Amino acid sequence: MTGIEELAPERTVDGTGRLVPHPFRVVGRRQDTADTVTLDLRAVDGELLRFAAGAFTMVEVFGVGEVPISISGDPAAPELLQHTIRDVGAVTHALVSSAPGDIVGVRGPYGRGWDVLDGAGGDLLVVTGGIGLAPLRPALLEVLAHREDFGRVVLLYGARRAEDILFADELTAWAERGGFEVQITVDYRTPGWEGRVGLVTTLVEHAGFDPQRTLALVCGPEVMMRLVATALVDRGVPASRVRLSMERNMHCGVGLCGHCQVRELFVCEDGPVLPYDRVEPLLTVAEL
Amino acid sequence: MQTGKQLLDLPGLRSLVTVLRERGYTVLGPTVRDGAVVADEITGVEDLPRGWGDSQQPGSYRLRPREDGALFAFAAPVQSAKATLFPARVTLWRRTRTGDGFTTELGDPDGSEEPPRYALLGVRSCDLHAIGIHDRVLDGRAVVDPDYHERRQGLLTIAVTCSDPASTCFCASLGTGPRPASGFDLALTEILTGGHRFLAEVGSPTGAELLAEVGALPATPADLSAADRVTLSAAARMGRTLEIDGLREALYDGAGSPVWDEVAERCLACMNCTAVCPTCFCTSVEDVTDLTGTTTQRDRVWDSCFSAELSSVHGHSVRASTGSRYRQWATHKFASWVDQFGTTGCVGCGRCTTWCPAGIDLTREVAAVRSGQGPARTRSRSLAHAGGSDEGA
Repeated sequence: MTGIEELAPERTVDGTGRLVPHPFRVVGRRQDTADTVTLDLRAVDGELLRFAAGAFTMVEVFGVGEVPISISGDPAAPELLQHTIRDVGAVTHALVSSAPGDIVGVRGPYGRGWDVLDGAGGDLLVVTGGIGLAPLRPALLEVLAHREDFGRVVLLYGARRAEDILFADELTAWAERGGFEVQITVDYRTPGWEGRVGLVTTLVEHAGFDPQRTLALVCGPEVMMRLVATALVDRGVPASRVRLSMERNMHCGVGLCGHCQVRELFVCEDGPVLPYDRVEPLLTVAEL
Repeated sequence: MQTGKQLLDLPGLRSLVTVLRERGYTVLGPTVRDGAVVADEITGVEDLPRGWGDSQQPGSYRLRPREDGALFAFAAPVQSAKATLFPARVTLWRRTRTGDGFTTELGDPDGSEEPPRYALLGVRSCDLHAIGIHDRVLDGRAVVDPDYHERRQGLLTIAVTCSDPASTCFCASLGTGPRPASGFDLALTEILTGGHRFLAEVGSPTGAELLAEVGALPATPADLSAADRVTLSAAARMGRTLEIDGLREALYDGAGSPVWDEVAERCLACMNCTAVCPTCFCTSVEDVTDLTGTTTQRDRVWDSCFSAELSSVHGHSVRASTGSRYRQWATHKFASWVDQFGTTGCVGCGRCTTWCPAGIDLTREVAAVRSGQGPARTRSRSLAHAGGSDEGA
């Protein structure tokens, strides 16, 4: 089975494999929730960073470290790189603490995205929770720009508490101006919240869409994605039309370092967005 | 060019090393150091391990004196060509902070301008196959490892048939040895009967040039059959076997096997196996910043699927148990590697088994998973511990 190959053909070695971050300047900072910030970044050399909705970059703070973060900006506006970052570790803490004028390192974009326009002609269902809305925002902006090509667009979103709801103003705007059916639920009721309380997975059962012609995009913790995907398949959505964004330890971003492997997948290259029929057998094995 | 099989005598081998050095190659060959055969720079035939063989067992490596004066009659040296083509530490870049960002210098600014040109002398067939695998993994995909690519470009290989395999070897099972079949510039087979000589096969125009330059002689039918006997005898003395047919499916189906937890009772997750494996390619980057915070250097270093950090997401390791890490490693070698790269990630060199401090035998564990149950010797222990495991699905 093992075979010696001829010498690899001469290739263009563009240095991508050297993992060199490029300087980007922080040009805007918005505090989204208590622990989450959206940074607006521009390449110091003015280069555009074109990306597929759902792709990520490796963002680096000089001397602190580097982390993979999904792009939350508009694919139609590649001059502005947006990242929505939750303060969970040393690097993300340094990032959310940065101020306009600061320089950070960025390399990428990496990975396969949602390919949401593939759902044109049918309904779109988006199920996510917490910070998971950030990598879906670029796809939702694409849908907004092509709204007439889609039937029903249903967004099911779960947050811990009302004050943790991300992009709250945009959610309202998408519902009002984009005709998105936005349903929000929170895990814990806090004063002033009169909406639903419960897990986002419970919304799937009653959401209005035509299963046979629906594309579903799901982003959240693995167990949540499995519950949602199972519920969708039970309702008749083909498993190949349910797409999940897998979270693994993306380290190089280009398939060389081996960190993000899930059995035969390099999540950084083959994903992070993957169809449920491809990952279903992998999700049911612990510690794979 | 002369492509037929030719014959080198000892003076011929001596001048081959000289010619390589004159051509500007750094000749890396087997030599004895620290009680083992290692690959290091050699300046002449006298640096080769003449009179030394080895004895390799699970968890054991010992040099063994030989009376026959053979130069290449040892099994796998401690490290493969991986240590040369894909070093354990490589500087990717160094950066300096400036007013509006930073400037980046690629590579190691303190290193030499010209990458070294290596001639590997005495490469085993298993290790040649491993180079072929790394060509796909590191130099055959969308993004190329630039450092590997550069080192690989200038590489010259003079392979040598393995004549005295170890008890831990199983290349014959995988079809990766003991005799080099392709992927070399020259391949030698050391013949000890009827005069110390080397049958030389040409694998490239450079190889043919080298043979002409050192004055190789035409080989006789007797030389050819003597070399064949060396190969056949080595294949027959291979210490281990591994059935590869259907192994991919068996390992995928065996993800919940109790064998993984049982291995974990012995496995120290020390990463010796992945360090000596000629195909393991997992790496991490280490960013080092100077005290003033003005320069940063990024090094790429070997990592291992036996480390908890490798799969860590937000401080939580996806593969927290040792059993899941051993499963990842073994399944990658014989199953997912096939899906990723169209070949196994194992060449049967046996290093993982030799250098495992617990003497864990990869061929045996994999066969146990395939057979659907843990080894009889340890079956009851495995079940006793099953309750404490969070694996299994």
